[in-house]
Amino acid sequence: MALAAIYSLFIINKSGGLIYYKDYGSAGRTDTNDSLRLASLWHSMHAISQQLSPTPGCEGIDLLQAHNFDLHCFQSLTGTKFFAVCETGAQNIETLLKVIYELYTDFVLKNPFYEMEMPIRCELFDLNLAQVIQKDRVTLLGR
Amino acid sequence: MAKGLRGQQPSTNTSPTRRLSSLSKGKKKGEELDYSAPPGHSPIHATRSASRRLDRGRRPPLRRRVGKMIGVGKAKQYANVLDKPLSRGRQEVSLSAFAFLFSELVQYNQTQVDNIAELERRLEDAGYAVGARVLELLCHREKGNRRETRLLGILSFIHSTVWKVLFGKVADSLEKGTEHEDEYMISEKELLVNRFISVPKDMGAFNCGAFVAGIVRGVLENAGFPAVVTAHFVPIEGQQRPRTTILIKFAEEVLQREARFG
Repeated sequence: MALAAIYSLFIINKSGGLIYYKDYGSAGRTDTNDSLRLASLWHSMHAISQQLSPTPGCEGIDLLQAHNFDLHCFQSLTGTKFFAVCETGAQNIETLLKVIYELYTDFVLKNPFYEMEMPIRCELFDLNLAQVIQKDRVTLLGR
Repeated sequence: MAKGLRGQQPSTNTSPTRRLSSLSKGKKKGEELDYSAPPGHSPIHATRSASRRLDRGRRPPLRRRVGKMIGVGKAKQYANVLDKPLSRGRQEVSLSAFAFLFSELVQYNQTQVDNIAELERRLEDAGYAVGARVLELLCHREKGNRRETRLLGILSFIHSTVWKVLFGKVADSLEKGTEHEDEYMISEKELLVNRFISVPKDMGAFNCGAFVAGIVRGVLENAGFPAVVTAHFVPIEGQQRPRTTILIKFAEEVLQREARFG
């Protein structure tokens, strides 16, 4: 019973390591190893797409569309990537990813107990992220 | 110019500030005389008269006085730097800048200690220095060079004045401990220093509010109320986040003195 437009959220550091993974009701696959592998695969694909680009200044894949899902990716200036797997045609995911980026800068980077490039274990980040996702769902249902 | 200066002011009682202020006025030699001290007038006296002027209860509101300072034509009326009222300064600093600085403070201290108790102590010491300075400043700026001498007075001074200056708001609550006579608590739903901080589970009950506890201890101790101040997380029902309580335990002598006062 996937309520949400968003199925899962990944955050990967600049070297392609998965530092945050959250599942919002995608069918089955929650294996940690799988998510790690997917994250680093995406990191490489993103890099390859930059190389493949026929025009200069390409910043990698922003959106990957498949039959039954969309993958939206947002890369911050420091190379940290946020990507979300969503329903097809989900709206405003770019904005949502930017809001999540903001939460990351606030509750992860300003936390003295967080080590850079390491997996995110911050209570406040989880709390606020849950709130944002919840709000997103409410607006989605209201539509 | 240098010759003129030497002529007007006997070098024995010329303070550096006075010389500076008359230098800064440039060529208006005629006016210089008006503002320089009369012979035999030592800088100490100047300080006293300046502070007396600040003391007066019926002084105009600060905003207006600051406005006067900015006016180009009137700037020279504070030729002596000691006559200048203390400016209120900017009321706010960037929360992000503070959060990063505080985060670095915690991280640095973490590298210097072996255990959590020591980290707590170091943060408290850092806060203590802030508290001592804040007391000094606020007594002058907000209280007209007076400080509280009574227990409840100093507590409400911390709860309202100090909190407002440091965190932009009054503390959520100030309570007296129910079990012990000498214990008081200042509680805050979300302490500003903890706004972005999630303490990992393996650090137990550690609270970065130790820094704020240090500030409170700094204010109290320098006002003559020695106390032990600690910060604790206290869970609230129906809330995910615990609140922070600053627990103040006064020294025995403080309560004895308070009892004598009646």
